[in-house]
Amino acid sequence: MFSSKASQAEQQQYQEKFEQLKPKTPILKNVIWAFIVGGLICMLGQFLMNYFVSLGFSNKEAGGPTSVVLIFLSALFTGLGVYDELGRRAGAGSIVPITGFANSIVAPAMEFKREGYVFGIGAKMFIIAGPVLVYGISTAILIGFIYWLRL
Amino acid sequence: MNKKRGQQSIIFASPPVITSTANIVGPMEGDGLLNEFYDRILNDTLDNNSSWEQCESAMMEWAIKTAITKETSVIDDVDYVLAGDLLNQLMSTHFALRGVGRPFLGLYGACSTMVEGMLVGSTLIDGGFANKIVAAASSHHDAAERQYRFPTEQGVQRPMVSQWTVTGSGAAVISAIGNGPRITAATVGKIVDMGIKDPNAMGPAMAPAAVDTLWHHFEDSGRQHTYYDMIYTGDLGNVGKALVIDLFKTKGIDLSTNYEDCGCMIFKEDQDAHAGASGCASSAIVFTGYIYRQLMQQKLHRILLVGTGSLHSTTSYQQKESIPCIAHAVALEM
Repeated sequence: MFSSKASQAEQQQYQEKFEQLKPKTPILKNVIWAFIVGGLICMLGQFLMNYFVSLGFSNKEAGGPTSVVLIFLSALFTGLGVYDELGRRAGAGSIVPITGFANSIVAPAMEFKREGYVFGIGAKMFIIAGPVLVYGISTAILIGFIYWLRL
Repeated sequence: MNKKRGQQSIIFASPPVITSTANIVGPMEGDGLLNEFYDRILNDTLDNNSSWEQCESAMMEWAIKTAITKETSVIDDVDYVLAGDLLNQLMSTHFALRGVGRPFLGLYGACSTMVEGMLVGSTLIDGGFANKIVAAASSHHDAAERQYRFPTEQGVQRPMVSQWTVTGSGAAVISAIGNGPRITAATVGKIVDMGIKDPNAMGPAMAPAAVDTLWHHFEDSGRQHTYYDMIYTGDLGNVGKALVIDLFKTKGIDLSTNYEDCGCMIFKEDQDAHAGASGCASSAIVFTGYIYRQLMQQKLHRILLVGTGSLHSTTSYQQKESIPCIAHAVALEM
């Protein structure tokens, strides 16, 4: 009925059929979840920041401890097996904030602990976050260079 | 006498008998639709093992040994074990078989492995090379996730077309003589690739392979689809199942009344499995549990079981290759 290597036209026809039957992503639901969860995480960040400012940190200095607390909480809830449940519903809402970045490092570290501390945790910890760091840092250097040229 | 029929099929001269089956599943499957048809339900996906891979091995070893003891045989009566799983180098199977100690042939047909094992085992028996074989397959959600996708604690949102890998294992004892449903015919599939590249859309990628094998089975055996009380595919999920019905409709065959997919039978709607179940264990646990019991109780008389496998690897999809798929069929009659 089908040849092992189907013709381009056959493949295209089938893929169009698949696209018709493909379940639609519940965009509205996802967006609302992402908005609320992402918003709550940022609100928590703001509370923390205000608290650190009230302790006498300057606005700029308060960013550091705020990030530290958010990263700690994300790592803790990843370890408790809660963050992936949140991410399943909130999508970008829990991926984009710094907590999502922490999750993407702690999750593989936990996952690959069974392969040992060197080739497991050490080697695999950055399988998700690694590309973000590579391209993040590369972009920062590039933009820095452009900024330097402008001066 | 030559037992081959047509291009791809076999009609067995002395049809082998499935004399016993056993299965074991994880907690999520245990909460699902077929929970009364499982022999053992684990409380968690580790079950006191130190890794998910070990848990999967333990499940398979348990399923093989239980299937044997259920039919009051001893393990030494088994001539061959034919088994496989989803992990690289058949990790779970090899460690499971270390504890079984019988002649073993490892099979990789991705999620079609259970049917592939039954098919090869039946030919060994009908050919006179064995009196008793065990076919087994297993998969483990968490072990498969970490190999194929993301770490399990990673907060990712799964697309609606994706399916949930089943945690479980099923084993079937096939004998030359005995009581039970007989394997009367089989069709060996060929690789079909319709150019789907999305590894989340395995059901839709495999649907054409299932249709191809079914088509050749009907053609080679001279049986029509109405010959069977039910036709079951392994793990196409909701979308793949709809595509199979649709593809047959264009050929003027209405499969909607006697066709179901094992991947649509395992999880409840509210279990958030999206498009259904997948994995070697999908067809393995549904066949060894629900379908086998229906046959034994004479509620079904003739069924066709089609194991479907998507044969991509993590390397192949990172290199932007499409997904080659396969489907094998065995006909069971009571």
